[in-house]
Amino acid sequence: MSNSMTMVEAVNLALHSEMQRDSSVVILGEDVGVNGGVFRATVGLRDEFGIKRVLDTPLAETMIAGLSVGMASQGLKPVAEIQFMGFILAAMEHLIGHAARLRHRTRGRLHCPMVLRVPFGGGIHAPEHHSESTEALFAHIPGLRVVIPSSPARAYGLLLAAIRNPDPVIFMEPKRIYRLNAQPVEDSGKALPLDTCYTLREGADITLISWGAMIKETLEAADTLAEQAISCEVIDLVTLNPIDHKTILASVAKTGRCVIIHEAPKSCAVGAEISATIAERELLNLQAPVNRVTGYDTVMPYYRMENHYMPNTTDIIDAVTNTLEFS
Amino acid sequence: METVFTAGITYNSYLSEAGEPLQSLPNWTEQPDTLARYYRNMVLARQLDNKIIALQRTGQIGTYASQLGAEAIDIVLGELMHSDDVLVPYYRNHALQMLRGMSMAEMLSYWGGDERGNASAGAGEDFPVAVPIATQALHATGVATAFKIRNEKRAAVTICGDGGTSKGDFMEALNVAGAWQLPVVFVINNNQWAISVPRSLQCGAPTLAQKAIGAGIRGEQVDGNDVIALHESISEALKHAREGKGATLIEAISYRLSDHTTADDATRYRSNEELKAAWEREPIIRLQTFLHSKGWWDEIQETTWHNEVSQIIQQGLDEYLQRPAQPASDLIDYLYATLPNALKEQRERLIRNAKPGGNHHE
Repeated sequence: MSNSMTMVEAVNLALHSEMQRDSSVVILGEDVGVNGGVFRATVGLRDEFGIKRVLDTPLAETMIAGLSVGMASQGLKPVAEIQFMGFILAAMEHLIGHAARLRHRTRGRLHCPMVLRVPFGGGIHAPEHHSESTEALFAHIPGLRVVIPSSPARAYGLLLAAIRNPDPVIFMEPKRIYRLNAQPVEDSGKALPLDTCYTLREGADITLISWGAMIKETLEAADTLAEQAISCEVIDLVTLNPIDHKTILASVAKTGRCVIIHEAPKSCAVGAEISATIAERELLNLQAPVNRVTGYDTVMPYYRMENHYMPNTTDIIDAVTNTLEFS
Repeated sequence: METVFTAGITYNSYLSEAGEPLQSLPNWTEQPDTLARYYRNMVLARQLDNKIIALQRTGQIGTYASQLGAEAIDIVLGELMHSDDVLVPYYRNHALQMLRGMSMAEMLSYWGGDERGNASAGAGEDFPVAVPIATQALHATGVATAFKIRNEKRAAVTICGDGGTSKGDFMEALNVAGAWQLPVVFVINNNQWAISVPRSLQCGAPTLAQKAIGAGIRGEQVDGNDVIALHESISEALKHAREGKGATLIEAISYRLSDHTTADDATRYRSNEELKAAWEREPIIRLQTFLHSKGWWDEIQETTWHNEVSQIIQQGLDEYLQRPAQPASDLIDYLYATLPNALKEQRERLIRNAKPGGNHHE
């Protein structure tokens, strides 16, 4: 049976579902217990599974990450929450220096099946340090998987996959669309595949690649362009490390044109990696330079200036038009 | 105004620098077995340490962190930890790792630049050494959290230096261990120096053990050169943890008789006088004197044991030097449980380049 639900409800459903199935899954983080998380992603879990499986931690992000590494080494599957992207910086040493390396440096004797959930991105008028899109910091790290859903159903299936994955996963939740566009989600217990792109719409003229909340604007742009008889192929990247270049390259080989859309600043972002790979592999099939629609190379602004920073549908349509007009 | 809280830190010692009892000794010291084993293990640890430094000087091993002066802490922990406890070590715990089951060849492999040493089956669930400072303290609290969730009567043990106690990780670990009453034992090998920075510049408090007070856990100082005092403190802390009564912080006062690592030169920042005075307090001669006084150790045993130790070390060394090289693909194969498609091409290039005639440069 499918119930219509939002992304944050789908996250909650996936956690609930997997905790029922697997007693080694343990939730931890700040305010995840009684309060059910600041976005209510963990609501009801403490009542159902008790205080030993839903841990309200002291307020210390370094500790949350380090504790998760220790728990994971013991065969538990910690699913930790960092409340906002700006606060994840304190956890970096444990994610990069330990979680990502534990399997490698022990040659498989120990491994680290942890998930770190973190809401990210702008658009909800949040305080400073709440709205960053620093996914590239993690996608750069060998051993760290970075997964970003863009719809309730994919949030459900991908979170199940992340928890079941035997290696660490940074599961970034685009909070701007947490409560937008409810859709039916079946509690099937079925995980969706990781390490693969999801082609959301097939098209012949141009490939649009995005992830997270920007998928919304990307699809809107594709709809508008379709009215002008421009056929966009829309690819949701979903796993930012390791990247499924195969799907991207096949699409670009077909369309010959590509625009990459992300909210993060432009330089050294994941879009740059995709663009470079297309240039390396598909140069002769390209009809135009790969274009990027991104945030500016500046600090994620406090909310009054947020609209100036965030890429929008018009930006995408303009970039597509320019790319199609290139000759 | 009223005082709402008072606390103190005790310092525990049994043997003087001259190896004489400072107070009545615990019952277990009436039998020679444990103390003689402590002595033999410390001699082995020190001989091995000397050997590894020689190997480093001749290019047969990489940069190495000597344990000189810290033998007692490792040896006693190795004796008292149960096999199902978990060790979360730092980079100065080689003797302890070996007592826990890592072979000498594996330990040497690690310091010889080969992570396969960390794969040691003998190490069980123990962590590999933490190189970044004090991160291990948090991993130990995570391990202890797992024990607590599963109602297991096991303890996690983690060690850091005096420098490590300055790091946020250490404080956050003590804090959560107190808040959740975790079965963990934190040991500080306070060897007075963090590379070139002395203990006095590391922290303004008179003891490091008192950091436990702020976290609501037990804390005490102990003579880190005195195996009897260490034995008493550590066994009590382990018992406390296994019985579900919570964590303990033990500040073991020792002295780093060596350079920080083989890449360091301590003469740049500390005086010969200080070093000389520290040698008067080191743990091995002190215990030897005590054992002699009890008639539990003599010159013949000493000579026999030194010969045996030489053989044990030679055996471990031979095994280390004979280990085959790692296949180049190890560079990628252990990163993920299964090799992602995205890495397949890089893996092929790596193997191609590593072959004779490939463009891999030694």
